[in-house]
Amino acid sequence: MQPQKYWREIPARYRLEGGRCKKCRKAFLPSRLVCDACGSREFEKARFTGTGTVHSFTMIHTPPSGYSGPYVLAIVELDGGPKLTMQIADCGADEAKIGDKVRVEFRKLTQVGDAGVLCYGYKAVLV
Amino acid sequence: MAKIGIIGYGSCIPRNRIKVEEIAKVWGADAESFKRGLLLEEKSVPSPDQDTITMAVEASRRAVLRAGIDPAKIGALYVGSESHPYAVKPSGTVLAEALGATPECHTADLEFACKAGTEAMYICSQLVKAGSVPYALAVGADTSQGAPGDALEYSAAAGAAAFVFGSEEDKIVAELVDTYAFMTDTPDFWRREHMHYPRHGGRFTGEPAFFKHVCGAARGMMAKTKTQPSDFRYVVFHQPNGKFPLRAGQMLGFKKEQILTGWLVNRLGNTYSGASPLGLTAVLDEAQAGDRILVVSFGSGAGSDGFVFQATGRLASVQKLAAGTREQLDNKKRYLDYGTYARYRGKIRMAEK
Repeated sequence: MQPQKYWREIPARYRLEGGRCKKCRKAFLPSRLVCDACGSREFEKARFTGTGTVHSFTMIHTPPSGYSGPYVLAIVELDGGPKLTMQIADCGADEAKIGDKVRVEFRKLTQVGDAGVLCYGYKAVLV
Repeated sequence: MAKIGIIGYGSCIPRNRIKVEEIAKVWGADAESFKRGLLLEEKSVPSPDQDTITMAVEASRRAVLRAGIDPAKIGALYVGSESHPYAVKPSGTVLAEALGATPECHTADLEFACKAGTEAMYICSQLVKAGSVPYALAVGADTSQGAPGDALEYSAAAGAAAFVFGSEEDKIVAELVDTYAFMTDTPDFWRREHMHYPRHGGRFTGEPAFFKHVCGAARGMMAKTKTQPSDFRYVVFHQPNGKFPLRAGQMLGFKKEQILTGWLVNRLGNTYSGASPLGLTAVLDEAQAGDRILVVSFGSGAGSDGFVFQATGRLASVQKLAAGTREQLDNKKRYLDYGTYARYRGKIRMAEK
């Protein structure tokens, strides 16, 4: 990951800062320019809670470059917020279930080779 | 003079553990000698996606939650560690950004072997005392390294503790009564630039290093505050293994029950910069109003920082706001075999990328 791209995503990745559509209240992380539900272009900043529920998950056995598998990749529905794709850390394939409560933790996401930037952000852990 | 002290505290202990027997089995060593001699049973191991920065963030979030403050008002923030993930680029900037403390915040990464965490506490407390900043955050965190097969491998562990210092009397949970520092140039343990693992002077790390500085700082701290061991409900020493802090306590005249609440090392291992700070968080989880707490760190190289705290009536109202230290130590553990541990800790040399 390029440092510039990583840097742009810091508010969302570090603090779960996204946006909420002022018209229909749909939540997004990261924020958007246009709401895909109502078409509005007016958003307010929103900081989402660090708790949620496993909506769905799968096991990644052949991870992309920069990631070490196997790991559990889930869609997590944040309490009062959007659905996000994130890893479930410290978790085996037989440990996660749909509907499990999770807490978002700050973890290392990837690193660019042995000399590149370290990328941090959110992952879920089972409560 | 206005009172200052800790207004919030937090800890982070990874879930992974490895038992002393599992390490000894691989190296043909006698596990019982480590268990009996150094009073070690198991240690924490960071997951591959956990490092000093991630644990500092988790511990600090708990500390800020207990403090009940706006993180934007944290005017200074210091991370003490000997395992900062970057050689050049601060851990503190990531921590500050994750908490929402930027941009009006001063930060620096500190290093002094195992006492970098209490260095951060020392500086933060003095900045608050001087009135330079409203709140200051001190973190001690490490994913400590021990060479495969070395005696250190049985204890080198991972964990973090964080403390928010402040001066508003109604927010203080543990008033800082006084501080004391004791330091000499003693080459008992070091790691040179670009080296993966530290080197140490074996038994030289004992009497002329740990015991001289820990006992020197404890005696100096008690002389400065006109106190004696019986004035303290709790005492926390640096804990590189189980035996050293218990022996230091005995030498100074403390009873075992004063030490045990903050003595985590037998099942946590040595969390280096996090060691005595984590011991203090375990004490703060239990302490009651009026309890006096003596904390004495130790960092090789070598030196000790001493602190005397007194718990206030507000402490009870924040203890349950976040996960406690013993709660993290005792629950949801995942035991690793040596192979997985070696992979997690990067002890297996991979093809270059």
